Amino acid sequence: MSVLTTDKNITTQIASFIKQKVNVDADPIRKEALEDFERLGIPHAKHEEYKYTPIARVLEKNFSFTPSPASGPIGSIDQFFIKGIDADTIVFIDGVFSKDHSKISSSDVKVLNLKEAIDSKNEIALQHFGKYADFRNDSLSAWNRAAWTEGVFIHVADKVSVAKPVIIYHITNATDGEVTAFNRNLFVVGKSAQVTIIEKYDSTGKANHFSNFVTEVVVNENAGFEHYSIQNDQNNRFQRNLTQIYQKNSSRVNTYTFTLNGKFYRNNLNLILDGEGIESHMYGLYLLNGDTLADNHTVVDHMKPNSFSNELYKGILDDSSKGVFNGKIYVRPQAQKTNAYQNNRNVLLTDTASINTKPQLEIWADDVKCSHGCTTGQIDEEALFYLQSRGINKDTARAMMLYAFAGDVVDHVPNEKMKEYIDALISDRLHKDF
Amino acid sequence: MSKDNQVLEELTSKEYEHGWTTNFETDSAPKGLNEDIIRFISSKKNEPEWLLEWRLKAYRQWTKMKEPKWPNVTYPEINYQDVIYYSAPKQSAKAKKLEDVDPELIKTFEKLGISLTEQKRLTGVAVDAVIDSVSVATTFKETLGELGIIFCSFSEAVQKHPDLIKKYMGSVVPVNDNYFAALNSAVFTDGSFCYIPKGVRCPMELSTYFRINAANTGQFERTLIVADEGSYVSYLEGCTAPQRDENQLHAAVVEIYAMKDATVKYSTVQNWYPGDKEGKGGIYNFVTKRGLCFGDNSKISWTQVETGSAITWKYPSCVLKGDNSSGEFYSVAVTNNYQQADTGTKMIHIGRNTKSRIVSKGISAGHSQNSYRGQVHIMKRATGARNFSQCDSLLMGDKCGAHTFPYIDVENPSAKIEHEATTSKIGEDQIFYCLQRGIDEESAVALIVNGYAKEVLNQLPMEFAVEAQKLLALTLEGSVG
Repeated sequence: MSVLTTDKNITTQIASFIKQKVNVDADPIRKEALEDFERLGIPHAKHEEYKYTPIARVLEKNFSFTPSPASGPIGSIDQFFIKGIDADTIVFIDGVFSKDHSKISSSDVKVLNLKEAIDSKNEIALQHFGKYADFRNDSLSAWNRAAWTEGVFIHVADKVSVAKPVIIYHITNATDGEVTAFNRNLFVVGKSAQVTIIEKYDSTGKANHFSNFVTEVVVNENAGFEHYSIQNDQNNRFQRNLTQIYQKNSSRVNTYTFTLNGKFYRNNLNLILDGEGIESHMYGLYLLNGDTLADNHTVVDHMKPNSFSNELYKGILDDSSKGVFNGKIYVRPQAQKTNAYQNNRNVLLTDTASINTKPQLEIWADDVKCSHGCTTGQIDEEALFYLQSRGINKDTARAMMLYAFAGDVVDHVPNEKMKEYIDALISDRLHKDF
Repeated sequence: MSKDNQVLEELTSKEYEHGWTTNFETDSAPKGLNEDIIRFISSKKNEPEWLLEWRLKAYRQWTKMKEPKWPNVTYPEINYQDVIYYSAPKQSAKAKKLEDVDPELIKTFEKLGISLTEQKRLTGVAVDAVIDSVSVATTFKETLGELGIIFCSFSEAVQKHPDLIKKYMGSVVPVNDNYFAALNSAVFTDGSFCYIPKGVRCPMELSTYFRINAANTGQFERTLIVADEGSYVSYLEGCTAPQRDENQLHAAVVEIYAMKDATVKYSTVQNWYPGDKEGKGGIYNFVTKRGLCFGDNSKISWTQVETGSAITWKYPSCVLKGDNSSGEFYSVAVTNNYQQADTGTKMIHIGRNTKSRIVSKGISAGHSQNSYRGQVHIMKRATGARNFSQCDSLLMGDKCGAHTFPYIDVENPSAKIEHEATTSKIGEDQIFYCLQRGIDEESAVALIVNGYAKEVLNQLPMEFAVEAQKLLALTLEGSVG
């Protein structure tokens, strides 16, 4: 349906960059993916899905896509760790797994290097790898499929509830030149199992860094999966993420996406509800200032009857930041008795900030309850005045109100420690930068 | 019981009411589209040179453009060379008085329930009747003329008021706006023109009635409404077409230009032939409608009831340029059988303190697909802009689809935007309640649907509202059970 308008130059440049990094011809999957990538090309601004997110221009302007010198040793990385939370940690530095820094103590969860798992013919990894993320129509996924070298494979066996969360730190050391990373993860949660996975992105250095990650998640019958994505990076971070979650009968998924700092984010979060009695919640919060662009594209696809999905995304936009939200809900013909809700709320603080939101419902079944809502507004002057008349200075009053606005999302975080951590992060940012 | 079944049978087999054709002599152009055809149309209408130039420019633009593929509708490719672009009922000369109009034509409109004979009219509605490509009669011209209101066919306006046409035609919908607007600009044959002078409140409803009659023709008309400072007008538009197996193309352009303090209310009851139960035939309704609130405090309000057409592709929009101007869009779109509708609105807020309100109610039944597509764009300068949108969908049966594609683009922090949408089906408890009270299922559905669409129907002028309510019930007949 959509007309593909591509930028030839940047596409060829990236294609040759992929060929330099990996031996594409040796692997039929990669070869095919590269062909798809070259056919689709990096989407231009005319592309419906990238209408407000000029990814071709951004990549062209900020990246050379030539092999850069290896980064020197990185200093202490402790500063990036989430304190006070007992967790298994996996650390990637510049997209490369760092054994020294990672620490897996729990025996409930099986963590492998995805590439090694595939090379050693791990049955479960082979069964699920590359089956969910669409690369035929999505050029960036095709790019990742052709170029990925590193990634983690996490498998939770049936009926295992993993007590400690697993935290994956993606740390970029951009001191010595531009860094690009194309990681691919696969999480498989067994029947009636339960796991929490937290992904956090950090970096040091002044150079631009770009990552194009694809994560595939399979949540089996009666399983529970919680996923956090904390994007609190430097303003030379460019990122595109695809998280594709495939859900089976009676599974539960909660996702939390916090976009706080960085330059350019494009988060694709797709939930495929291929079963009955599924419950899915998607929460998102973006606090943007400077000239950050954050684009959240979500899809909830109800394929079978009797499922429930709920989505709440909120955003505060300051300076000349730009927010983009697109939420799609599909209800397939046989997905009767579906309940699907979606909500997107935004506050604009300046003349130069902008928001483009497009909540989209596509429904082919009749016995459903679906709704979406979205609002855009500003800080209520009267409420601000009320607080000021009680002796609270204007800046504090403003921060308080924004904090309350953001609180709606943070309140849904179930893990107390995580809630405290995120709360502190947000409160600190609101008082300092807004 | 058997009687009930019989009634139901009767109701469900009831088809398009206006499917008949009239036989009168027509004068048509050969099939196909090229510069010669455009010259032919232009000379037929005895148009001035500048208008021909304008048409040719539009045609050249059109040949360079591509048909839009983004709407959520599917149809076989249209062969633009297989359409007759000009067809007119043969008349010796343009009738001066109603008595001179071909009685066959008057009968046609009487059959549709539109009287062209002024004396018989009880309520004051001035009608411009358009058959196929040309306007055949305009009523109440003199009464309106006394107030300085110009209400006539487009071709007449080209001859008599070239300055106004030159100034405003294409000012709201430019020639190259989109594929179908360009096509219309090249080949448009007639339509209505209306000018309300400064400070005049038009005392009666103005109305255009469109009727496609001849086979294989496309209808391309243009409506231009100019409301000068402080004026008010309410405008109605109705349309029907005969039942034919092949698809017919209707690509119209409506432009509204509202100056300072002017108010224009535009209501449409669209009832083109929707095709039969198997989805055969029907009108392709590809229409560009746009209003420009040019002056401060001006207001444009669109109300539409869309029940006909095989495919509807239509986005009546408001460009809110003047400060404090406001735009409204009320719509009920009903699709049944194999109809497809992709409709909605665009509200472009440019001026300060501009307001817009969108209420869209979609109802889909049978195998139909019904989409709402809308955009609310708050530009940087539009301080204090306010928008409220509500788009609800009602699904009847499990083979139809309802889709919403709202775009909300905000560039000004003081704007307040609210958007909400829901999708649901008619509650079983509601139907049960009616059944319990002795209302049969078919009437219960009609009752509930009318209640659901009330917010929009209330915006229609009284006469239209009655017609619209009947239409709603008729379109949905046979969609339950």
